[in-house]
Amino acid sequence: MSNARGAAPELKSRATAAKVRSKVTTGVRVPPSEDSKRRILLRSVARQVIFYGALLAIWALVVEAKIWSPYLLPSPKGVAIALWDGFKDHSFWIGIAVTMKRMLIGYSLSVVLGMIIGLGVGSSKFLEETLGGLLVSLQSLPSICWIPLAVLWFGLTEKAILFVVLMGSLLSVTIAMEDGRKQMPKIYGMAGRNLGARGFRLFWHVLLPASLPYIVSGLKQGWAFGWRSLIQAEMIFLSLGLGQLLMMGRDLNDMSQVIAVMLLIIVIGFVVDGLVFRTVERRLQNKWGLSPVS
Amino acid sequence: MNWNANSLSMRSMPVDERLPSRGSARHKNVANVLPLRSSTSDIPKLRLEDVTLSYKTETDQRLLALDRINLNIRKGEFLCIVGPSGCGKSTLLHLIAGLHQVTSGSIFVDEKPVSEPGTDRILIFQEHGLFPWLTVGENVEFGMKMKGLSKSERTERIAHYLRLVHLLQFKDSRPHQLSGGMRQRVALARALATEPDVLLMDEPFAALDAQTRDLLHDELERIWSETGCTIAFVTHNVREAVRLGDRIVLLTFRPGQVKQDFEITLPRPRHIEETDVARTAREVLDCLRDEINKSLEAEYANVER
Repeated sequence: MSNARGAAPELKSRATAAKVRSKVTTGVRVPPSEDSKRRILLRSVARQVIFYGALLAIWALVVEAKIWSPYLLPSPKGVAIALWDGFKDHSFWIGIAVTMKRMLIGYSLSVVLGMIIGLGVGSSKFLEETLGGLLVSLQSLPSICWIPLAVLWFGLTEKAILFVVLMGSLLSVTIAMEDGRKQMPKIYGMAGRNLGARGFRLFWHVLLPASLPYIVSGLKQGWAFGWRSLIQAEMIFLSLGLGQLLMMGRDLNDMSQVIAVMLLIIVIGFVVDGLVFRTVERRLQNKWGLSPVS
Repeated sequence: MNWNANSLSMRSMPVDERLPSRGSARHKNVANVLPLRSSTSDIPKLRLEDVTLSYKTETDQRLLALDRINLNIRKGEFLCIVGPSGCGKSTLLHLIAGLHQVTSGSIFVDEKPVSEPGTDRILIFQEHGLFPWLTVGENVEFGMKMKGLSKSERTERIAHYLRLVHLLQFKDSRPHQLSGGMRQRVALARALATEPDVLLMDEPFAALDAQTRDLLHDELERIWSETGCTIAFVTHNVREAVRLGDRIVLLTFRPGQVKQDFEITLPRPRHIEETDVARTAREVLDCLRDEINKSLEAEYANVER
């Protein structure tokens, strides 16, 4: 099937509308048959299983070949045991919980702040030329560079870590909001004002939803940057969390634990990005009738 | 020029006050049926006084878009505003809607000056005016929600106005699932649901195919006579204007000025293919020709430069 528009029946009149009504209400897109959909999914899963299986096998073979000693390159089995032990003694659970909590707080802060700054920058020529330029240039600074200042300002507290996360994701969110505000078709704002929406209600009921498709990718990028910043900060700034678990593995010369924690970081990042953000994006596109990027 | 006295009367400004020819049956002598002056509806619903708009172009020149527009629209009147592209006719509607500010002059609704958007004047855009993140029903609900109507009243009115445009069964669909004509009917229902005094329509049917447009003309005429609202309808299609309007105002090419004011007294319901409509349209078009030529010249000049 091509995209939604191509498949949409153009209803010409009420008379024909009645005839094709059933088609419209059940969804205009003529979906691929369940069977062929399942086959496509199955094939894709099979490919991935084979790929990761092969990767594991190569890893195991290299370890078996004993080119490097086990403390340089741990075996898959060693990593699996490290994972098992980590979860069994709860240290991984605690690490994940602590890290996720920081991430959620820092990210929420940056979304709220980014919205405010982004909309300000997006709606004022003066702010765009001044603050907007500064924000773009600041984006080239890895947020971990803020750590010395953050520790100085906030001490060795949660606040210092949150500050680094905030600086990591704030800029992406801000720039995304600004872009969304600019790219959003002006007609929605006009229609909203025309129908009596003002001030905050105009923002909340019209401008925000209208710019959502344009800002979701920025929110996603903000999450990714924030996540990296957090792990980096935790590795330097020892206080529980996944970053610290990784550094503990290093201090104990336990590369199995290092790799186990790396896997955890990858999996969490992937799950949030792939499941949460992708789902939101897809929902949005379906709702709006934009053709999904598949 | 030889005006058809029955269907068309040219008048000088200011506009004389007549009752709308609403519901006038197929009388040959329409002018005789209309009371010529009414003591009750002398106050215009909408009054534009020396409305002028100029703006800065990219090259920092001031461009005069609208020049001292004076216009009265009677209560319940169906006024069509016609002009060549670039005469600022859409801009004029945006000014009335309060979406832009006039450079000078004033706009009055019921003799009260307006400068801000208000739900007493609802604008229907050419296309894409519906909110894609809301369902059809929620779109219709939007203006009422902003007005602060109760949930039960909103639900009732959603059903009422969607039924009026024959789209009740699509209440839970998304705008993108509908055809262009259906979408404009939703936009109409959304506008009507706030129960505005004045409907401003900015080439609402320009993007539709001819059959759909014909159907929507009928529906709009029916809804207009059922609700009794005042309509200012902008179009570049003269025949459409003659088909729908009680009165047609011609605007000149940049700067937009009122050039001519026609009273259309053809009996309703009219049809766009009727010879009377075609003949009247031809007369209006003759008057518009100069302006169209000016607009084309300006366009070609831009291309060649």
